[in-house]
Amino acid sequence: MPYLDSASGAPLHPAAREVLLAAYDEGWADPSRLHREGRRARALLDAAREQMAVLVGARPDELTFTSSGTTSISAGLTGLLAARARFGGDLVVSAVEHSAVLAVAEVQEGAGATVTRVGVDRAGTVDVVAMSQAITSTTAAVSLQHANHEVGTVQPVAAVAQQCATARVPLHVDAAQTVGRLPVNVGALGASVLSASAHKWGGPPGVGLLVVRKGVRWRATGPVEEREAGRAPGFVNLPAVAAAAASLDAVSRERDREAARLSPLVDRIRSEMPLRLDDIEVVGDHVRRLPHLVTFSCLYVDGEALVTELDRRGISVSSGSSCTASTLRPSHVLEAMGVLTHGNVRVSLGRDTTAEDVEELLRVVPEVVRHLRRTGPAAAL
Amino acid sequence: MKEAVALTIDTLGRRCPVPVIELAKHIGDVAVGDVVEVLSDDEASRVDVPVWCRMKGHDYLGVSPAAVGNALRVRRRH
Repeated sequence: MPYLDSASGAPLHPAAREVLLAAYDEGWADPSRLHREGRRARALLDAAREQMAVLVGARPDELTFTSSGTTSISAGLTGLLAARARFGGDLVVSAVEHSAVLAVAEVQEGAGATVTRVGVDRAGTVDVVAMSQAITSTTAAVSLQHANHEVGTVQPVAAVAQQCATARVPLHVDAAQTVGRLPVNVGALGASVLSASAHKWGGPPGVGLLVVRKGVRWRATGPVEEREAGRAPGFVNLPAVAAAAASLDAVSRERDREAARLSPLVDRIRSEMPLRLDDIEVVGDHVRRLPHLVTFSCLYVDGEALVTELDRRGISVSSGSSCTASTLRPSHVLEAMGVLTHGNVRVSLGRDTTAEDVEELLRVVPEVVRHLRRTGPAAAL
Repeated sequence: MKEAVALTIDTLGRRCPVPVIELAKHIGDVAVGDVVEVLSDDEASRVDVPVWCRMKGHDYLGVSPAAVGNALRVRRRH
């Protein structure tokens, strides 16, 4: 019964479970208090911060914990915009950003600013030249994902960062899909601000990372508190943070080995699925991609029916087809790439995925798609 | 100046992938070189009709607003 949707949420890493339980016993007190229980909680929080900061190449005082990846993106980006409001509030993003980035963009547009959504090619890669040309004297910030969440394409972040540095405009990097999967170093990427999310790497849900580099102008919007350097209000979920750190540490140790194991499985799906099934399109970049994620679309098939039928056959995947979205709009990522939006399947492998799981996928998907084409609205084709 | 439409396929009210399926079913009803028009009010068809043309080797001519939804025009190539 393969679970092939780790990009939506990965199961808790065994290393995280142990730490999570221990931290509920030892890390329940308020880490800002001076008593011994508070000091013990503070020590746990400091250790988790130091551990995770090192793993993403940041200083501990640059790292803040938030309540989710989306919160990190929201706070990270709006903080940059607020700090540079006097230059203008314009924003440059790629057309294939996560909805959390696009939600900030819509708010900014509502406030009268100009948002430029820079297009991508058929593989989903953003055009560096177009991105740098979109930067003007009124641009307050640029936001670009490290890798795309729907198709796995890795973006030329360092090249865009160089253009941003030349224009003296800060860059927010959404690294939610790459932390724990690819080497992520905030300095090497050239990010001013970086966001990530623990449940993508086998940490508990409800922990976001927000890195704000030293010297970057960033201002909190909304009420300010003392906790988390004034960047994230509220009592930090310390047990979850400690478990997220333990998980990231374990996953980072396994990372290169796991990438070397999973990437050939992704290659096999990419090359084999079109041989076994007519009228499908495997999307995203073949080479510059996440090691564990692959997406394809099947002509004449309803994405919801496909996901439901695969689930019935014991295979869990997700879909960017409009019939699977509450908005009934097709995925903005697939739309921007100009690839098929219906019959879409995203497969993301995890540390539990075996070569046998992939063979099962390669066997079951063509059967299910043929069945749906025979029995669905495409029957008379 | 738009070319004469040889066949209009009305898929108004039908969701993806029905507009593309109807196009695939009826492209053979017109002569090679003739133009088929798909009427659709489904957002996905604006993306999927051009992609279908690319995958199947037909010419996508463009989209224009119709009384309801959009009219997507395709030239049969083979």
